[in-house]
Amino acid sequence: MTAPATPASSPATAGERPGVRMARSRRNAELSLLLLAMALVAAYGAMVEAKVLDTVTPGFWVPAATLTAVFLGVHLVIRFLAPFADPALLPAVALLNGLGVGFLRRLDLAKAAPEERADLAIFAGIGGRQLAWTLISVVLAAGLLALMRDHRSVSRYAYTLGLAGIVLVMLPAVLPPSISEINGAKLWVRIGSFSIQPGEFAKLALLVFFAYYLVRKREVLSLASHRFLGIDFPRGRDLGPVLVVWAISLLVLVFEKDLGTSLLYFGMFVATVYIATERVSWLLIGLVLFFGGAYLAYVLGDAVGGPFANFYLRAQIWLDPFAQPYDDGYQLVQGLLALGSGGLFGAGPGGGQPLLLPEVQNDFIFAGIGEEIGLFGLSALLVIYLLIVERGLRAALAVRDSFGKLLAGGLAFTLALQVFVIVGGISKLIPLTGQTTPFLSAGGSSLMANWLLIAVLLRVSDAGRRPVDGVGGRVTRPSGPPEQLHGAPTEVIKP
Amino acid sequence: MITVARFGFLVLLWIFVFTVVGVIRRDLFAGARSGRLVAAPRMVGASTGQATAKPAKVKRGRAAHQLVVTAGQLAGTRITLGEAQITIGRAEDSTLVITDDYASARHARLVPRDGQWFVEDLGSTNGTYLDRAKVTGPTPVPLGVPIRIGRTSLELRP
Repeated sequence: MTAPATPASSPATAGERPGVRMARSRRNAELSLLLLAMALVAAYGAMVEAKVLDTVTPGFWVPAATLTAVFLGVHLVIRFLAPFADPALLPAVALLNGLGVGFLRRLDLAKAAPEERADLAIFAGIGGRQLAWTLISVVLAAGLLALMRDHRSVSRYAYTLGLAGIVLVMLPAVLPPSISEINGAKLWVRIGSFSIQPGEFAKLALLVFFAYYLVRKREVLSLASHRFLGIDFPRGRDLGPVLVVWAISLLVLVFEKDLGTSLLYFGMFVATVYIATERVSWLLIGLVLFFGGAYLAYVLGDAVGGPFANFYLRAQIWLDPFAQPYDDGYQLVQGLLALGSGGLFGAGPGGGQPLLLPEVQNDFIFAGIGEEIGLFGLSALLVIYLLIVERGLRAALAVRDSFGKLLAGGLAFTLALQVFVIVGGISKLIPLTGQTTPFLSAGGSSLMANWLLIAVLLRVSDAGRRPVDGVGGRVTRPSGPPEQLHGAPTEVIKP
Repeated sequence: MITVARFGFLVLLWIFVFTVVGVIRRDLFAGARSGRLVAAPRMVGASTGQATAKPAKVKRGRAAHQLVVTAGQLAGTRITLGEAQITIGRAEDSTLVITDDYASARHARLVPRDGQWFVEDLGSTNGTYLDRAKVTGPTPVPLGVPIRIGRTSLELRP
């Protein structure tokens, strides 16, 4: 227990006056974790080749090495721009991203004709594309870290971002289906062969707005209330904004035919309201509204059809996927079979039959990976997600201003909810909806948006863990009115 | 061989998870040790001969750790005291924003100096009172003595 006293990692603090929090940036821990993660990615690549090609090609390490170089770049950026950021975030995300790239390359190998497999270029196919997307996303994330030196500065653009978020959400809904519809869900904007999913970025923009709005309104929302059945319920007129967001998310459900996205927006808002007000009643109201809305959509889909039909169909598949195993339920059934045949320990990387799964590179990547690494491996991946989310919430606890708290808490929760929605859908816990699996799925929009999210979390955690007396040679307080506290920890307890 | 590699990979995956948990755990302990201004377990500092990095201010007896609003609209609000000053007033960027008709935009501030908190009036219209006495210059605030600003009362608590 005495081990972590104060190793030599923080010589800068040696000359500090006593009483100052011993600040340790933990960047070296991050570096070694990152190298361990990349070793795992390389091992995964080698095992895939050993299984699929029966030999390990001399170039098996190239994708892993490329990723390592890219992530080491981010690591350096963090070292200089956010030296006190959380050490666990980057390696955990890097591992998921790396395994995603590895699995997509494995799909490329499986798709290629057997005789061509050995010659398959490393940067070809969806694996190579994902590698390129990773590079772009990571550069964007580093750029965000460089631009946003203080997370509070984004609150200045809160209304702009909120508007942009709503536009991004609505864009696919109003565009004609030929541009925006893929597989029955209208979530895309396609320009030529290039398609982006604006909703992924809308998440971030809306969350900044929510956080800003709630920082201003939290008093009203949390103090003005009346008590009923031992729970404090908000006043009717304060329900306005939550009803608006609910309506928007229902519209998304109806016009974009996507339950997952709508659940994501609504859950995000309810969670941030809850974090802001500490009122359980908001959670209850949120759950009741969402389940009520979903049930209504289900009933309407049965009776009226039209825009609700898609949701009704998905709910039907969820209730009984084996009713039409070769038809509507095919995807879910194949996913369940993949997970089942993976069993506890899986078929080993490269040993499964992922090509039987429709959309395995995308929505069903978790089932595809699960077939090969089994429950044992999947739970490791889930724990890694859990750790990322935990570090995000931790950053929210540590940071001293309410905007940062809400931003980090909301982002961490959003990530958790997204993982829940897709993994829950694949494992038939909830109706399946097309969400991307963060960091694993093929696709640039999702990867970029999630890396930006991580960049924000890194920035907030840096602010939270940075010692007050500016260690590290940089004046941490801006000049100007000194210590004009947005900053001191303010906790409001229930009066 | 492949079977060994297969299980080896899974084990490695979990080793990674536990290494991350280990890093986080260390982090938690480091935070807990320094976040609260309590003395480290005596064994640690003494046995290794390290210069104790623990604050001398703790020795002065009970230090204030919280600022509690005891009367007024914000009654029940609690602010955990750190090393930064606390500004009080109606201005939105105050640490404690009080919506009191008798408070000025920048009414008063609490400043820590060597473990003792001082209250200082910032030229408010209606004045700041420490118990019954009007605050004119920086005045040390003992624990449990009310600071009155308009209808609001504040106290330092350990």
